[in-house]
Amino acid sequence: MNADANRGLGRRGFLAISAATLGGVMLAPGIRLIEIAAARAPEQAVSRRVRWGLLIDTNICTPGCDDCVKACATENGIKDTGRPRTDPQWIRKLELNDRRSGRTHSVPVMCQHCEHPPCVDVCPTGASFKRADGIVLVDKHICIGCRYCMMACPYKARSIVFEDVTDQNPDVPRGKGTAEGCTLCVHRVDRDRQPACVEACAKAGHNAMIFGDLNDPLSEIAQRVAKYASTQIRADLRLNPGVRYQGL
Amino acid sequence: MAESPIYRELGGTGRRYWKLLALLAVPLALGAVAYFYIEHYGHIVTGMDNQIVWGMPHVFAVFLVVAATGALNIAIAASVFGKTAYRPVAPLSALVSLALLAGGLAVLMLDLARSDRMIVAITRLNSQSLFALRVILYDGFMASVGIYLWFLLERRMNRYIKPAAILAFLWQLLLITGTGLEFGFNVGREVYDSVLYAPMFIAFSSAYGTAVFVLILFAVCGWEERPVSGELLRRLRNLLGIFVGASLFFAVLFLYSKYELARSREVARFLLFDGGVYTALLWLGQLAIGGIAPLALLLRAQASRAAVTAACVLVILGGLAQMYVTLIGGQAYPQILFPGMIESSSFFDGEIHPYTPSVPEVLLGLGGAGLTAAIVAVALRALALLPERLDPTAGPQA
Repeated sequence: MNADANRGLGRRGFLAISAATLGGVMLAPGIRLIEIAAARAPEQAVSRRVRWGLLIDTNICTPGCDDCVKACATENGIKDTGRPRTDPQWIRKLELNDRRSGRTHSVPVMCQHCEHPPCVDVCPTGASFKRADGIVLVDKHICIGCRYCMMACPYKARSIVFEDVTDQNPDVPRGKGTAEGCTLCVHRVDRDRQPACVEACAKAGHNAMIFGDLNDPLSEIAQRVAKYASTQIRADLRLNPGVRYQGL
Repeated sequence: MAESPIYRELGGTGRRYWKLLALLAVPLALGAVAYFYIEHYGHIVTGMDNQIVWGMPHVFAVFLVVAATGALNIAIAASVFGKTAYRPVAPLSALVSLALLAGGLAVLMLDLARSDRMIVAITRLNSQSLFALRVILYDGFMASVGIYLWFLLERRMNRYIKPAAILAFLWQLLLITGTGLEFGFNVGREVYDSVLYAPMFIAFSSAYGTAVFVLILFAVCGWEERPVSGELLRRLRNLLGIFVGASLFFAVLFLYSKYELARSREVARFLLFDGGVYTALLWLGQLAIGGIAPLALLLRAQASRAAVTAACVLVILGGLAQMYVTLIGGQAYPQILFPGMIESSSFFDGEIHPYTPSVPEVLLGLGGAGLTAAIVAVALRALALLPERLDPTAGPQA
C-alpha cells in the first residue's frame, strides 16, 4: 500500500513537477519580457508624444558665421576632401537676398525632419525612415544607393557618400554608396544632449538655434513658436517640417 | 481568310551569326568593365555629384524602360484592338519589349551606389514608394508579356491570346504611367512637378518603342531578305507618325504650361532660352531631330523603307536628347528653397549645376542597349518569332 501510494504519488508528483517546470520555462521569458517592457517601454525612449524640432532665429544668425556647420562636421566625422561637389553637407549656410527689397538673411539649412518626408515616401527599401519622435534617418544597412531620396527632397538635405570614409565617429556610422543627412544628432538627443550645431551656436554666444520638443507646451521652443511668427521652408508643400525659422 | 504565315528562326550561315554575336558582345563587355570600375572606385569616378545624382546611366536606362512599354504597342494593336495586319509581327513586338526592359533594368540596377545589395532591393519593398511599386510593375509587366508571348507561340493556348494581351496592355499602361509620375509627383524640382508627365511619357514611350521595334524588324528582314509588304510599311509609318505627333503635342503643352504659370516661368525660360546645352538639346535634339524632322519624313506621300528607317533613327536620337534634358536638365536647375530670394551657399544653392558625363557612365548605358540587342539576336535564333515573308502572299492583311 505504502509502495503503491509512493508509486502513485511519484507519478502524480512527477507530472505535476514536469507541468510546473514546463509552464515555468514557457512563461518565465514572457514574464521577464513584460518586466523589461514595464521597466522601460520603447515608447518612453522614442515617443510619439515628442516631436523634436529646431527654431532658428534669422535675426540673430550672422552672415559668414559657420560655427554650426563646423560643429556638425566635427561631430559627425565629415571631412573636407577638397572636392566640394561630391563632399556630403549635412548643414549649410544659405545667404539670401530678397529680390524686391534687397533685405538679406543668413540661414542654416539642414534636413527639415518633415512630418510627411518625401524621402521616406520614395525610398524603395524603407532605408529612409522617420522615428516616432519625428527624427528622419537613413538605415545604412539597407540603403542601396539609388539616390531617389536625393531627387525627392525639396530641401537638398541629402547627400551620398562618394568616397571611402575613415576615422568615423562610432556613434555616427557612415558608408560609401549610402545616402545620409542631418540626424538631429540623434545619438546626443537620446542621451538628453543638444545637437552639436545648437550647442556650438550657444557656446559662441549667438543663441540663434533652439532645440526642443515642439509638443511640450512648457518647452522654450514651443513657447517661442506659440508667441512669435515662425515660418517653414516651402510651407506650400505642406510637409510640416520640424525645423522652423523666425525672422524670415 | 488568308493562310497562316510560316514563322522561322533567324537563319544565315553559322559564321555570319557568330560574327553578329561577337559584335554585340563588344558593348556588353565594355559595359561590364565600366560597371566593375564604378563599383570598385565608387561613383566618384563618374560625372555625378551631390547635385546631379542621376547621370548618364539613368538617361539610357529610363529611355530603354520607356521604349520597352511602347514597343509592345504593335502587339497590343494586333491582339487587343484587332489590327490583324500586325498579327505576324506581334511576337517580335513582345520580344523587343521584353529585351528593352531587361536592358534598362540591368543599367538601373548596376548604377546603384550599393549594387552589391541588389538582393535588398528585391526583398525589401517599401509599399509607399512609387519607385518600389515600379519594381512590382516591372516584374508584372515581364510576366504578363511573357505569358502573352507564350500564348502566341503555343498553338493550344492561341484561344487565350486576347485575355493575355488585355492583361499585358493594362500592365503596360500602369507601368508607363507610374514611370511618368515618378517625375510628375516630384514636387521638389521645378522641371518635374506636373502630372502632364504621365500622358507625355505614354506618347514618348509609344514613339520610342515603335521606332526601336521598326528598326529591329527592318534589320532582321534586311539580314535575311525577308520581304516586307508595302501595306505593313505604310501602316507602321502612319503609326509612328501619330506617336511622334502626340509626343510633340504633349511636349509643347508641357513647356507651355510651365511657361504660362508664373511660379514655373523661370524654369520654363531656363529650358527654352537660357539653359545652354539643355536648351540646345531641347530645341535641336528633342523637338527638331526627334519630332519635326521625322514627322516631315513620315508625312511624305510615298512610304519608303529608307525614309521610315531614317525617321526611326531620328526619333531614337531625339528620345535620348529628351531624356538628357528631362533627367540632367531637371537636376541642373537649382532647387528653389526660398522663392523670390537670390540664394547662395557652399552647397551650390541657386546655381545651375554643371555635369560632364564620364566615359564609364556612357559605356554602362550602351551596355544596356547591347544587352537588349543581344537578347533579341539570341531569341530570334532560338525561336521562330518572325514570318518568312511579310508581304501579301504570306501574312493576313486587314
